[in-house]
Amino acid sequence: MVTGNVFKYGDNVDTDVIIPARYLNAPSPAELAKHCMEDIDAAYAASVKPGDIMVGGWNFGCGSSREHAPMAIQASGASCVIAASFARIFYRNAINIGFPILECPEAAQAIGNGDTVSVDFSTGVIEDKTTGQTFQAAAFPAFINNIIEKGGLLPYLKARQNKKG
Amino acid sequence: MGMTMTQKVLAAHAGLDSVKAGDLIEAKLDLVLGNDVTTPVAVTAFDEAGLESIFDKDKIAIVLDHYTPCKDIKSAQLCKQAREFAHRFGITHFYDVGQVGIEHALLPEKGLVGPGDCVIGADSHTCTYGALGAFSTGVGSTDMAAGMAMGENWFKVPAAIKVTLTGSLPPYVSGKDVILHLIGLIGVDGALYKSLEFQGEGVASLTMDDRFTIANMAIEAGAKNGIFPVDEKTVEYVTGRLDRPYTAYEADPDAEYDREVVIDLSALKPTVSLPHLPSNTKTIDEVKGMPIDQVVIGSCTNGRISDLRMAASLLKGRHVAENVRCIVIPATQEISLQCARERLTEIFIQAGCAFSTPTCGPCLGGHMGCMAEGEVAVATTNRNFVGRMGHTESKVILASPAVAAASAVAGCLASPLDM
Repeated sequence: MVTGNVFKYGDNVDTDVIIPARYLNAPSPAELAKHCMEDIDAAYAASVKPGDIMVGGWNFGCGSSREHAPMAIQASGASCVIAASFARIFYRNAINIGFPILECPEAAQAIGNGDTVSVDFSTGVIEDKTTGQTFQAAAFPAFINNIIEKGGLLPYLKARQNKKG
Repeated sequence: MGMTMTQKVLAAHAGLDSVKAGDLIEAKLDLVLGNDVTTPVAVTAFDEAGLESIFDKDKIAIVLDHYTPCKDIKSAQLCKQAREFAHRFGITHFYDVGQVGIEHALLPEKGLVGPGDCVIGADSHTCTYGALGAFSTGVGSTDMAAGMAMGENWFKVPAAIKVTLTGSLPPYVSGKDVILHLIGLIGVDGALYKSLEFQGEGVASLTMDDRFTIANMAIEAGAKNGIFPVDEKTVEYVTGRLDRPYTAYEADPDAEYDREVVIDLSALKPTVSLPHLPSNTKTIDEVKGMPIDQVVIGSCTNGRISDLRMAASLLKGRHVAENVRCIVIPATQEISLQCARERLTEIFIQAGCAFSTPTCGPCLGGHMGCMAEGEVAVATTNRNFVGRMGHTESKVILASPAVAAASAVAGCLASPLDM
């Protein structure tokens, strides 16, 4: 369970604005976090606090395959992203690095910028404490849940290899 | 129920008789790709996870194409990390400055991908190889690391959109206009999580370069992949390049599609995408005359020889307008050499263009053509997001090589049909 303040953005938030290409030549999480969202929200990196929640509309994370995008959001301190839908490479990348994302069009539409929201990852229940509304995010298939629980794709594969070996 | 072409390739690589949309499968990989931006992140993840071996040194390609020849010290450090990894494992298909080309033009040219292959690449435009009848899709760096170690990865079998092509393209209309038109029709998430299955009698009239351009931008419609049937042109292209047997898969007649989009190629006009989404399409007649500052002709989308031939045919004996900078970037060394052989290089330089060594450079605002505040580019690249080619207040208009070259000469957004 996490609780945090919401930073809300619109539809088609692309990976070029999540982390502009001019910063990809220094891919440490701390460096990336400094410039996260800067082309659409220059104040984000300085004002986000650990546990805060990013909310986007449809097709969040579209564009490039750069894993630097979910890495930057994760390293900025945000606890998760809630969106109406995710572009598929961003979706994969978030799962693969063990960063929680929730697909929920109703929540993405209703939650306002600056609202206080809590998320229960085990049930997918999202509660907007500012408005009192609750939402149910789509559940991950067991296979994907397993990857997230192991902390990402590589720890999952290592665990599976050890089991086989 | 029958399977789509994509589903057949995936089923074969998962060792299954059949798959259906939504199935989660683990499939064997024929090639795993990375570049100088994504490989270093994959190498760090690979090492941190304590992985010690790769699945096959002949089935990994590392292509240093984005910020090369290195634009700064940080980029040089990234290339060094990727280079050392390639040498540590003796990776056969490692391409450094002097041999390197833009990955999605280079790999087909070198015969590293073929029909029926299952390919992942840590670059979103990896979907380009669908032109050859392969399943190929973009992934992130962790997926690349896992793919390099295991030789397989997980996939959700995609549902499909059938794109039926009829007729044939009019003069000065090319693959770029087809894919921009399609993205304009269905939107930047119109094919989200799905495959775009190109079919119909119109396919036969498209050159391989047209098909590469179309498959390349499937991602700009949100698609997992785009795929073309294998025909005589495909076979002709891979003959002499691909040094191994391949399988040409065909969609079952009763395959299921979520929707069908029909495009009459004969009716298409030169098409552009205005800022800041590839789906913001207009025909050239609606927008010609818009002021511009820069033209970029190149990229994994449109840096192939037929693209440069088209641009050169319009620039020959003419000059780039005084208010415009025109940058021409052949996608590979072979294409660059071919430009020299056909004396296209001479045409570009005499017309006042900068002619570059292969690099992704300006497409992602990396180097070789970043823009200042308020500037506008007409580019044959693939994305026009906010800040994509430089300053957040600069703009990119996506267009074909013909429209880009015509605009360079006119000094504003222009139609090749008016020249």
